[in-house]
Amino acid sequence: MAGAATAMHWAADHAGRFESNVATREPAWVRWLILAVSLTFFGVFLLLPLVAVFAEALRKGWTTYLTALAEPDALSAVRLTLITAAIAVPLNLVFGVAAAWAIAKFDFRGRHLLITLIDLPFSVSPVISGLIYVLLFGAGGWFGPWLAQHDIKIIFAVPGIVLATVFVTFPFVARELIPLMEAQGREEEEAALVLGASGWQTFWRVTLPNIKWGLLYGVILCNARAMGEFGAVSVVSGHVRGQTNTMPLHVEILYNEYNFAAAFAVASLLALLALATLIIKSWVESRAGQEQQQEGAS
Amino acid sequence: MSIQVKNIHKTFGSFVALDEVSLEFPTGELVALLGPSGCGKTTLLRIIAGLEAADRGAVLLEGEDASDTHVRERQVGFVFQHYALFRHMTVFDNVAFGLRVKPRRLRPSEAVVRGKVRELLELVQLEWLADRFPSQLSGGQRQRIALARALAVEPRVLLLDEPFGALDAKVRKELRCWLRRLHDELHVTSIFVTHDQEEALEVADRVVLMNHGRVEQVGAPREVVERPGTPFVEDFLDLHDHGPTWLVQAKIRHRGDVLHPVIGRERTA
Amino acid sequence: MAATRTFRVLPGFGLSLGYTLAYLSLIVLIPLAAVFLKTASLGLAEFWDVVSAPRVVASYKLSFGASLLAAAINAVFGLMLAWALVRYSFPGKRIVDALIDLPFALPTAVAGIALTALYAKNGWLGQYLEPLGIKVAFGPPGVLVALVFIGLPFVVRTVQPVLEDLDLEPEEAAASLGAHRWQTFRLVVLPVLLPALLTGFALALARAVGEYGSVIFIAGNIPMVSEITPLLIITKLEQYDYTGATAIAVVMLLLSFILLAIINGLQAWTARRTGREA
Repeated sequence: MAGAATAMHWAADHAGRFESNVATREPAWVRWLILAVSLTFFGVFLLLPLVAVFAEALRKGWTTYLTALAEPDALSAVRLTLITAAIAVPLNLVFGVAAAWAIAKFDFRGRHLLITLIDLPFSVSPVISGLIYVLLFGAGGWFGPWLAQHDIKIIFAVPGIVLATVFVTFPFVARELIPLMEAQGREEEEAALVLGASGWQTFWRVTLPNIKWGLLYGVILCNARAMGEFGAVSVVSGHVRGQTNTMPLHVEILYNEYNFAAAFAVASLLALLALATLIIKSWVESRAGQEQQQEGAS
Repeated sequence: MSIQVKNIHKTFGSFVALDEVSLEFPTGELVALLGPSGCGKTTLLRIIAGLEAADRGAVLLEGEDASDTHVRERQVGFVFQHYALFRHMTVFDNVAFGLRVKPRRLRPSEAVVRGKVRELLELVQLEWLADRFPSQLSGGQRQRIALARALAVEPRVLLLDEPFGALDAKVRKELRCWLRRLHDELHVTSIFVTHDQEEALEVADRVVLMNHGRVEQVGAPREVVERPGTPFVEDFLDLHDHGPTWLVQAKIRHRGDVLHPVIGRERTA
Repeated sequence: MAATRTFRVLPGFGLSLGYTLAYLSLIVLIPLAAVFLKTASLGLAEFWDVVSAPRVVASYKLSFGASLLAAAINAVFGLMLAWALVRYSFPGKRIVDALIDLPFALPTAVAGIALTALYAKNGWLGQYLEPLGIKVAFGPPGVLVALVFIGLPFVVRTVQPVLEDLDLEPEEAAASLGAHRWQTFRLVVLPVLLPALLTGFALALARAVGEYGSVIFIAGNIPMVSEITPLLIITKLEQYDYTGATAIAVVMLLLSFILLAIINGLQAWTARRTGREA
């Protein structure tokens, strides 16, 4: 669902075309009004919160900031976040490629239903995304007694955190690749086969290079969400400091302990991750856009 | 290599694309599959290539049933309507692709590949474009590169799907003559699909006229013009109003055919 | 030729589809089915008691009401932002454009504490708002602020591409026929944008209804006043009231599915209206 709004998108700036055209130009005061209102809105609702994170983090100086980050619990939260993303992202990457290959390169009944089902995790509240695994693997859940007997912990442990993260980031790569691969059609793959390439050769040499930007784009968004997920992970984590706390959960604990400087210090790391994500994302979009423009040029 | 198709039947849902089609393509000929869009000609070409499977019937390559041979092993060269060049590879890498993906024990050394690609690019007279990407080429150049790429694996047959369909009129004419000359040089059994009568009559040794999934007539260009076998052929080749004269003059003169017998056939009103 | 083809020349159909279905079932479908099965163990009357308890109903009103309002605010300002990004040149435009997606990339917990810090009594914005009698943090307005934050990119990113693809000519034609700029916008531009705008609105709404992380810090979470539905699910879970939590979850899931169906319909409409693929 969010896929609709997160799809890779790039367009050259044609604003000048409208501004120089008498027929499509608003009166100057309307223009200024729209710009002033929309940019103020942007500033208050998007920019200010971002700035606030860093300001609050550094309010008590660099020493406090660095001490907060060097704390063992903070480090273990960072570690768990990295581990979670390192499992969830590759899983959903492989799934995304497989799903896009099946859906975009073949016709079969139920294609559209399948696309809708893949989108489902986007339309489910994060809290419910965690809840479903508690119902399956929690103490009172379907497999709860069996897991307890065999001394396997999923809920309130790392596997539950990974599962919930896989769920909330499930559609990202697939959503990015399906429209892309549909648009590219099957001809290049067919051409490769006629020329004698095997299935894997065709995939590695023809398909993959063609979808690399879309793939990277999906992976970046998937990773950002995997590292930043809060609601779903909050439900399945036991909130044990140093053990089952990811960075967002650690932020919450510190915040609820009124340790604001430390909370914002950890939060600032996540904000940096968000900024890096946005920068890479813009870069990927412009690269893909340039290539597309080149292809359309002649 | 000769190609035979026997009783090919193909449906898409309730739409009959090919209705018991049987044809023979002798070795070394250049044959046109001609007909209006939706007549099944492209489907037939894709079935011969192995890109599509028939519901019934057989494709025989050199007398051998190829129905179970995967497109990979059929050794056919296929030129796609929109060329299907690999957009992320240079012209050189495109042409080299078929050689580089051969199983290791059959794969030529990189030096051999380079020599071969140069040779092919010379053949299509585009050696100076080797390092360009497909997006930097004109339509006609892409077409020729697609052909060079198909020829690189030394196909036993060459199949071309609307080879000039996406080009403008002038380039079309040039490429037409060029394809004919190329064929005279290589003599690979070739089949091309077209909806353009002029193109079929001018280039091909033989023309197969198709309509609604059936073969209406097979014959040399002059034959089908002089003796259209069915009302559809007469209609499609536009022989009614003008008589065949203008058409044959325009098209077949080029091939060194004699025109006079045709004039005698002109219909009296 | 849309018929199912049994012959497939490209390899890997069975493998990729099989893997897709298996993975989808394991991660998504079976766990989601668990919610409905769990609820089925509850009697209808019991179910109704849980989901219609006053505290729960108050949370629906807040969650849905604030989400609707936030989506509406985003529709208005998101449209203006998209318009400014496509039609006007201004310094820093590329940065603004890139930062629109911040709510997608910024973890919700971070957004939550940042917004709280801004709107608290001594915060950058709160210190000016509170003397005016506007108390944002720790009350329903705080919920609204958080939902506006997370919903904004949905509107901008659905409207922007449609706006970019718009031809100049119809607007020129309208002008040549004597229409004022506002008339041109209302009669020529807006009808084309409308499906995308509604899609963006619905996407923002759907996201807001289920939102948790950014809201709970700023909401104050006072029962009957500023407690959102997702938080109630967590509260019930913490009391080991699995059935209660699940029953409320079912209500939310059904609402999500209805919204999803509406969004799919809207997207098909957008595609038809603009000639783009869905």
